[in-house]
Amino acid sequence: MYNFEFEKPSTIADAVAALGGEDAQALGGGQTLIPTLKQRLAAPSKLVSVSGIAEMQGVCVEDDGSVAVGGATTHARVAADAARSYPALAALAGQIGDPAVRNRGTIGGSVANNDPAACYPAGVLGSGATIVTNTRQMAADDFFQGMFTTALDEGEIITSIRFPVPQAASYQKFLQPASRFALVGVYLARFAGGVRVAVTGASEDGVFRWSEAEEALNKDFRTDALMGLRINPMNMIGDLHGSKEYRAHLVSVMTKRAVESCA
Amino acid sequence: MPKDSGIGASSKRREDVRFLTGAGNYTDDINVHGQAYVHFLRSDIAHGRITNIDTSAAEGMPGVVKVFTGKDFEGVGGMPCGWEVTDRHGAPMQEPPHPILAQGKVRHVGDPIAAVVADSLEQARDAAEAIEVDIEELSAVLDMKAAAQEGATLIHEDLKNNICYDWHLGEEDNNKVNEVFANAAHVTTLDLINNRLVANPMEPRVAVAEYSRGTDEYTLYTTSQNPHVIRLLMCAFVLGLPEHKVRVVAPDVGGGFGTKIFHYAEEAFCTFAAKACNRPVKWTASRSEAFMSDAQGRDHVSTIELALDADNNFTGLRTNTYANLGAYLSTFSSSVPTWLHGTLMAGNYKTPVIQVNVKAMFTNTVPVDAYRGAGRPEATYQLERVIDKAARELGVDPIALRRQNFITQFPYDTPVALTYDTGDYNGTMDKLEAAADLAGFAARRAQSEANGKLRGLGVNCYIEACGIAPSNIVGMLGARAGLYDAATVRVNATGSISVMVGAHSHGQGHETAFPQVVADMIGIDESMVEIVHGDTSKIPFGMGTYGSRSLAVCGSAMVKATEKVIDKAKKIAAHLLEASETDIELKDGQFSVAGTDKSVAWGDVTLTAYVPHNFPLEVEPGLEETAFYDPANFTFPAGAYACEVEVDPETGQVSIEKFTAADDFGNIVNPMIVDGQVHGGIGQGIGQALLENCAYDENGQLLSASFMDYAMPRADDLPFYAVDHSSQTPCTHNPLGVKGCGEAGAIGSPPAVVNAVLDALNSGGRAVDHIDMPMSPSRVWTAMHG
Repeated sequence: MYNFEFEKPSTIADAVAALGGEDAQALGGGQTLIPTLKQRLAAPSKLVSVSGIAEMQGVCVEDDGSVAVGGATTHARVAADAARSYPALAALAGQIGDPAVRNRGTIGGSVANNDPAACYPAGVLGSGATIVTNTRQMAADDFFQGMFTTALDEGEIITSIRFPVPQAASYQKFLQPASRFALVGVYLARFAGGVRVAVTGASEDGVFRWSEAEEALNKDFRTDALMGLRINPMNMIGDLHGSKEYRAHLVSVMTKRAVESCA
Repeated sequence: MPKDSGIGASSKRREDVRFLTGAGNYTDDINVHGQAYVHFLRSDIAHGRITNIDTSAAEGMPGVVKVFTGKDFEGVGGMPCGWEVTDRHGAPMQEPPHPILAQGKVRHVGDPIAAVVADSLEQARDAAEAIEVDIEELSAVLDMKAAAQEGATLIHEDLKNNICYDWHLGEEDNNKVNEVFANAAHVTTLDLINNRLVANPMEPRVAVAEYSRGTDEYTLYTTSQNPHVIRLLMCAFVLGLPEHKVRVVAPDVGGGFGTKIFHYAEEAFCTFAAKACNRPVKWTASRSEAFMSDAQGRDHVSTIELALDADNNFTGLRTNTYANLGAYLSTFSSSVPTWLHGTLMAGNYKTPVIQVNVKAMFTNTVPVDAYRGAGRPEATYQLERVIDKAARELGVDPIALRRQNFITQFPYDTPVALTYDTGDYNGTMDKLEAAADLAGFAARRAQSEANGKLRGLGVNCYIEACGIAPSNIVGMLGARAGLYDAATVRVNATGSISVMVGAHSHGQGHETAFPQVVADMIGIDESMVEIVHGDTSKIPFGMGTYGSRSLAVCGSAMVKATEKVIDKAKKIAAHLLEASETDIELKDGQFSVAGTDKSVAWGDVTLTAYVPHNFPLEVEPGLEETAFYDPANFTFPAGAYACEVEVDPETGQVSIEKFTAADDFGNIVNPMIVDGQVHGGIGQGIGQALLENCAYDENGQLLSASFMDYAMPRADDLPFYAVDHSSQTPCTHNPLGVKGCGEAGAIGSPPAVVNAVLDALNSGGRAVDHIDMPMSPSRVWTAMHG
């Protein structure tokens, strides 16, 4: 890697200040960024680690019943600490990577990176979560803006993510055999106000909601309601691990399984 | 009762103590005072002409010791190929030069263009980025059949085409073969691809070289399966150094799987640069470099035809293969598709007429060479897949079809140049059928179907040829090396023994198994025997470890040397016991006079050998013997494997539910280590069948260039294995009666898995003839819905 400055502030304010310099970059668990640096594919002048900020750590249940996860909380901690308050989210976190990745990688880092095959974007979008930053709050529907692209401004830090807890939810992940990212992952959440279906891994536009499935399931929450519903393969990812058609097909299968799991 | 020591005991692997507690000494653990670091600038273009290299900026960068390009190696030898194949017309193969650093052209992504030696690795990388290289890009040659066409872009302009050789076995029987196929009651034809693999040992390649101005001596520490071979090739063919001035050390090596047999440009570079820079030089490959510079495996495109008569007897076999050699000839690459592949096409069957054609192709890809099994998996895959297809077409039981055609009389001369000394294929199949509970398959299938899954059973056989030999024959076939091995048994005064062996252990467990043999022969505790390997300054000239040869070849040398030691010790014992040498018996570490109670202990005899006060005058003091052993023939391990899979019809996901291996390895020294070797081999075979795929795009860019896209098998991809090696027909021509077990799993398992998946799909009412490996969920689903 190239040389860079390193800071590890203990408050959000200090982190924001440190990120003010040119080409400074926030560092969560480093599970994507550090390999990128080692490959010399990025050259930030400064890395600002957010892992020392106490107020960005942990999982808690808010007064309105929503579950708030600090932006620097590791996947392993979410898997353990959200197991009662939001089991489907905890299960998603427990399926990310391997133990080493889960003990370093953070929810804020994953969501800010918005890898098109990452698990968390599906959980966040499928839950209709709110992304809280040092300056504002954003609905998940407004936050994800395509592969590796989000509404975050330069130097803006995800301090926490607030998840409304659905009546039932399920994440169905079909593994890409090499990376074990999602070849297709479907996060389905059933709220009193309706069903949300978010899909990761499949689309060239990154995580997306499958609105046709949502409509059908809002009318009739049974797998039969999905019969005949098909995603258009055109915008799907086609690569070494699966064609566009295969991914489109998997979206249907994984959605069906999520419904079965919620029934 | 299982034995608790000596031959046949499952002694625990003593080397694992250091490996599992972090006390191993790998090449990257070796740091030499004052060492500089190498970074190779590698081509990111698959095929192009280098029009300019400007290193001037790089040379001025901080910490830079020296920058090397291909120009620095003009007049230095290139990387040699160790096997000259003669083509079907009697001409030698086309052998292009393979420079240490690219000269004039780059021929694959990863081809080294320049090398920077600097005080630190990061400084070397910084400087490499400052090297300006202009490359005029040429169209990349990737498809083997297109590469063979007249007018195809030439990868090596000094060759007449991209075909290294067009090789044939059995061509003299052309008329007979045509007649057999014309008269066949049934012919089954299958096109298949044996997918390209990346070996990916856990430890990447590393080289540390130092040069002493005072003595004009070099030491190279390198990740090698065969340090003497590296020393010979590097000294004689590449750098022109006297062997006695060069020491090559391969310390603990973290897995080889074939890819660490070969002599690589990087280790020759480090040796050269250590003198040129007058500083020790170290290079450690990154995983990314390993993907684009370690020799890769397999990559055959084949068509196979099997002819049967009206009674389902195999009457003829014909195969045509395009074998990918990559951009350059790696050390033993030319032998793999020919003498390690074509000669195995008889398999376990008495097919009377066999014809093999192999066109070996140059392409703009990483060189391909031996990978666990090397040629034999490719042969087994073709043969066992076409037999399975024939059984399906004919509506006969695939096991019965195999049994009907088994070779049952030994020795057996195959039509493809081998003589199998021994085997019992029906007996081994009996063991498999019992161990795999094939009788219970129908019930298991019904259970799977009740769970919405398709269940399939795949069975296949394999034969392999291990311990490639003898040297005089392989020499006639084009080998530029001998294939013997060597051992020195050095008995110390107090009776402990150091055995210096030419074989190299990098996971095989030699440090445990070899002492079991020596200790058993003498009747002493295994802990009194230690193996020394991997250092040309300590061991006799041996050929190293590959081709499942170590115990069969080097172990035989060790037995011969131990026999010499025992003969001499008996002379000393006879003197001490005042008896005739012919009356001396050795048992449980005691020399005794037959029919008396007079005896003397091993330790007393060894002490006498080194403190020869009361000693026979006609005998030399000391107790140390060396033997070289050149086998009379290959060994022929064989087996039968059964795999049961479940296929999820919704996703195409395959899961292996049951895997059973019945192997005949002849006599077995350590059953636990043999189990482990088979487990590892099956794991790699399942990896090939379901997961691993080294893929290039149309420009020659490696698509699977990291573990993000190259799927290595993980523990939860693999089932628990049942391994049965109670079928034992000892090898008839080596002293231990052993055959070799290192590659069997990787040879026997891919067709079992593929046959099982196809059985599952066909049971679901679909007619799927074939799916190429790896049978990823996507490919299986596509085949089901195609």
